[in-house]
Amino acid sequence: MRPRTASRWLLGGLLTLALAAPWLVPAYRTQISFLWVMIIFALTWDTLGGQMGYNSFGNVVFFGVGMYACAVVQRDAGLEYFPALFLGMAVAAALAVALAAVLGSGLLGLRGQYFAIATLGLGFAAGEFASGWDFIGAGSGMVTPLYPGEVGGRESFFYYLLLALTVTTFLVLRRLYSGRFGLAINAIRDDEDKAEAMGLHTTRYKTTAWCVSATFLGLTGAAVGNLIGFIDPRDVAFAGPTFGVWMVLMAILGGKGTLWGPVLGAAVFHVTQELFWTYLLGWQRVALGLLILAIVLFFPVGILGWARERWPERFGHTVDERPEPAEGGS
Amino acid sequence: MTAILEVERVRKTFGGVVANDDITLAVPAGKIVGLIGPNGSGKTTLFHSIVGYHLIDAGSVRFDGREISGLRVPRIARRGLLRTFQQTRIYGKMTCLENMLISAPQRERSWLSILRRPPAADEAKAEDLLEFVGLYAKRRLRAGDLSFGQQKLLEFGMALMNEPRMLLLDEPTAGINPTLIKALMHRLRRVNEELAITLFVIEHNMSVIMNLAEYIYCLAHGELLAEGRPEEIRADQRVIDAYLGAH
Ligand SMILES: Nc1ncnc2c1ncn2[C@@H]1O[C@H](COP(=O)(O)OP(=O)(O)OP(=O)(O)O)[C@@H](O)[C@H]1O
Ligand SMILES: [Mg+2]
Repeated sequence: MRPRTASRWLLGGLLTLALAAPWLVPAYRTQISFLWVMIIFALTWDTLGGQMGYNSFGNVVFFGVGMYACAVVQRDAGLEYFPALFLGMAVAAALAVALAAVLGSGLLGLRGQYFAIATLGLGFAAGEFASGWDFIGAGSGMVTPLYPGEVGGRESFFYYLLLALTVTTFLVLRRLYSGRFGLAINAIRDDEDKAEAMGLHTTRYKTTAWCVSATFLGLTGAAVGNLIGFIDPRDVAFAGPTFGVWMVLMAILGGKGTLWGPVLGAAVFHVTQELFWTYLLGWQRVALGLLILAIVLFFPVGILGWARERWPERFGHTVDERPEPAEGGS
Repeated sequence: MTAILEVERVRKTFGGVVANDDITLAVPAGKIVGLIGPNGSGKTTLFHSIVGYHLIDAGSVRFDGREISGLRVPRIARRGLLRTFQQTRIYGKMTCLENMLISAPQRERSWLSILRRPPAADEAKAEDLLEFVGLYAKRRLRAGDLSFGQQKLLEFGMALMNEPRMLLLDEPTAGINPTLIKALMHRLRRVNEELAITLFVIEHNMSVIMNLAEYIYCLAHGELLAEGRPEEIRADQRVIDAYLGAH
């Protein structure tokens, strides 16, 4: 039970730090809020991409749909700020899940790279669609309602909201991965034909997995729209070339198919990227490109993946040295 | 003697290649039946036709008296008709124990049950079966790191974990070393007798199949060439010409 205790301490320590951060470094609240967003991005991408072996380049769609859904509810429901926000978040999650179920029934029948290619167009198509729809502001986007509290209250509120979402995402996924669900999607990743031959309800697992991702992405989108205060269809909501690609990179950097890998990857990526923005003004895109190249070249299995290959016994892959129970029957 | 599996006039073609032509056979419940034939004679294709891996061009397949041709692979598997692969297939990045756990039967599981942890009973059963196939000490290793022969044994254990009523085994002894083959045969017999699992076995190793099976079907060029008890098959001139003679 030692790795579990260690994991609990790590989680507790990080959580304490995260809770105290707005007092310790108030100026960085928004940057750290985006760290939480990045962690959710990487974690939810990894559910399909890492744990199930289905590389999705379209997950950003659920984020954008959640963002718009919440903003529309806030604009049209005629409620006070907080009731409208929470109703909006519920609608955001529901719409994102519904979309995942529909898209999943169409796309999750595709295998391997065909699925990846099919999802590639999703973010782009959604961005184009949103820029043409007047109901949600078309190309000029939407403005989310003004936060009612004192100055600076908005940053703190959304900081804690996103932190809570991150922790929930992490805990829910940890619970799911430790049960039949985790085993089933890993089996689908390793050999889907075999999983079918063994009678697994593969379609059911695949669709559920995407719906779980979509739930958290939808909720996150709803919160981020309000944190930024302005929704642009292509650069914020359906930002495929940035958010959409970063999701993939962060999960790969930290280690696909592990629980902590995406968290680690998101942290390293976000901090590096913030430093680039601060110190390499004008060159930050070049530096980002080089960073991506370095990730793919030097960490093809990610930081945790590399560690697992190096020290397999630390990850529990050991031959049992204890005397075997008497060979049964033969 | 009731047949658990009935194949009737099954035909399967791939473009111009007739891989299965007008094949009719029956496997009685509780028995061990063999399927032999030269390379490319259509044995694996017949397994695929039975378990719904591809649609057949004509004919019918009945399992337990019910038509199953046209059903998809997972449905047929959940009814208790399971196959192993000639090119052994396991979940390479998962541990042996995890491979076993996810192979537990899926029959009555509701949608919500996918959130559950595997019950402790499953874990105990998985360990028992790993011990049965001789892989207990390796249970925490990744299945992909096992040798080919060990993977074959693991795949057999996974099939048992699924509690099938009938198992189609595609060359279970291929790649297993001669000393282990005896133990494997012994296990196959125990599975058949004690767990009452009907076995339908493709095998190139003649001494294995002649010893194991009570009845044997022989294919050649996609057609049923002969059938009979092992001693009849061994003496059949057509079988000797098409297959055994070449050995
Ligand atoms: N998917 C496919 N597409 C085209 N041809 C196929 C396909 N599967 C099998 N065949 C052909 O069908 C014939 C029978 O193949 P099958 O694999 O059933 O033989 P087999 O009896 O299992 O042989 P072996 O003993 O070598 O395993 C072969 O000629 C093969 O080339
Ligand atoms: Mg074959």
